[in-house]
Amino acid sequence: MIELPPFVLFYLAALAAAVLPRRARQVVMLAVPLVGGLALMNLAPDLLLRVAFMDLHLEPLRVDKLSMLFGILFHIGAFIGIVFSLHVDDRSQHVAALLYAGSAIGAVFAGDLLTLFLFWEILALTSAFLIFANRTDRAWGAGMRYLVIQVLSGVLLLAGALMLYRHSGSLAFDHIGLNGAGSFLIFIAFGIKCAFPLLHNWLTDAYPEATPTGTVFLSAFTTKVAVYALARGFAGTEALVYIGATMTCFPIFYAVIENDLRRVLAYSMINQIGFMVVGIGLGTALAMNGAIAHAFNDVIFKGLLMMSMGAVLHMTGRINGSDLGGLYKSMPVTAGLCIVGAASISAFPLFSGFVSKSMVMVAVLEEGHPGVWLALLFASAGVFHHAGIKIPFFAFFSHDSGIRTTEPPLNMLAAMGLAAVLCIFIGCYPWALYELLPFSTGYAPFDGSHILAQIQLLVFSAAAFAWLKVSGIYPPELRSTNIDAEWLYRRLAPRWVRRCTQGLTAVSDTLGETTQNASRVVMRSVVRHYGPEGTLARSWPTGSMVLWVAVLLAASLILYYL
Amino acid sequence: MNDKVHIFDKPQNVRRVLWALVAVCIATIGADFVYHRHIVHPWEGVWGFYAIYGFVACVVLVLVAKELRKLLMRAEDYYDRDD
Repeated sequence: MIELPPFVLFYLAALAAAVLPRRARQVVMLAVPLVGGLALMNLAPDLLLRVAFMDLHLEPLRVDKLSMLFGILFHIGAFIGIVFSLHVDDRSQHVAALLYAGSAIGAVFAGDLLTLFLFWEILALTSAFLIFANRTDRAWGAGMRYLVIQVLSGVLLLAGALMLYRHSGSLAFDHIGLNGAGSFLIFIAFGIKCAFPLLHNWLTDAYPEATPTGTVFLSAFTTKVAVYALARGFAGTEALVYIGATMTCFPIFYAVIENDLRRVLAYSMINQIGFMVVGIGLGTALAMNGAIAHAFNDVIFKGLLMMSMGAVLHMTGRINGSDLGGLYKSMPVTAGLCIVGAASISAFPLFSGFVSKSMVMVAVLEEGHPGVWLALLFASAGVFHHAGIKIPFFAFFSHDSGIRTTEPPLNMLAAMGLAAVLCIFIGCYPWALYELLPFSTGYAPFDGSHILAQIQLLVFSAAAFAWLKVSGIYPPELRSTNIDAEWLYRRLAPRWVRRCTQGLTAVSDTLGETTQNASRVVMRSVVRHYGPEGTLARSWPTGSMVLWVAVLLAASLILYYL
Repeated sequence: MNDKVHIFDKPQNVRRVLWALVAVCIATIGADFVYHRHIVHPWEGVWGFYAIYGFVACVVLVLVAKELRKLLMRAEDYYDRDD
């Protein structure tokens, strides 16, 4: 049997989707992740496909436990996303989604940095079309900013890879570690895609502007590819522990005051990636397992939450917390599924988040980072607060907005149902996921102390929310924009550029005026002397010329006699 | 259809949910008296640590976020307008 890299199937399907009529396209799209998933199971473990390209040795397909886990995850994510978007009659979105999913799969199976770079850039380009597909001015602007930042990340990756190649003569993508300029560039490239603090705004800017179905794909792939790349290249880099802890904490403040519920989820996504980054930074077997398992679960429960909000947006045309409320009356099934996602992201015992996040928490304490542990615990309470309670509460409960609608199309419900089943299945039977993890640690998730501690943390967070809400202290949902690091490039930089161009205009104006004045003075003097009335332009009578000739002759005669 | 009274339209049902939450809170913090959690770090061993930390964390989170609004909040079309 010929071993084909798994992304090929998705690219071929994208080609087919570009020409096939709607029904056939739907069949192809549904079949791809299923067939691809089966083919994935048949790939030999530890398979390595080598290709020589000019003088370079490339490895377009490297199978090991880490790449395999992400490969399986992306097939599941792609399948859920495809089912969710099946009703959409927009060829460009379907083609972009298939290419995007394929590139994510290509990236995690890439054995060398050049192949990784290629997929990294295709990932950026194809995903941008899911944002543009919303066809609004805002989406266009956000998509362009997204594309510029993503491509920049790719350029940094390429530059770093070339520097490493010069240094070591190898393009292999294994552990890199922070040493030297090349590795630092790659670290930043991964960091941009991973939404490190200050480099994170492309995510909160672009994801909420994509189509209701596009955001589901976006939330599954880009950041998880980055998490995979960090796990592969920078496991055990201590800086990541602190970067990750920052990522868990600061977005939750924004999530509390943000009105656009998909943007709340975007901030909450940075918070969840923070837990993974901390785990990767610790680099122990338990921490790495926790980080990777959490990435797996996050694709599914964040996907579920994004889908439920996508369904609300699709049915009501609204997504602001200030406009919604009371939807449990007309969308009870969606509300229930959203609550399953909310329970999972909040890490309720028997839901998927619990079995993965607790590994990172335990590892942080065991490795002696009590400060970071307190930060993560704060973030855990916070995530329950903004994603676990705020999302379902303001969309489906709260005050009745008066909106009456119906449940979303069947395919949307089916996709959400599938994700919810997976959330509960992994939460109740985590060993199915643990078996796929790269290390065997014998971690026991259902330990009485952990369960009690987590339940106490969550119910008292809920009590805090209830108390703040009942007493009227809780800040209301307001139509607003909250400024963040993006202000630097969306406001300050344009303002400076404008000011600089204004300054230049002033200089050029002054210069122009001075030259004009100078030339006016010159012209005036020329006119005075040579103009029609000028001294040198006067007509002289013949008599005066004869007189002057006589004077000259007399003068020469006198000189002659002297 | 619009006249149908839904579960949370009745204030007593909302109150029931709140009381249930209070009951669960008391039950879980009470469990700390009888169940000895094994701990990795001494802070964890403090009675009701997770419960108190969770409550305080959320209140602090909301109060700080509320104050942050004064600093961060702009009009909805802030970025769409020129200065």
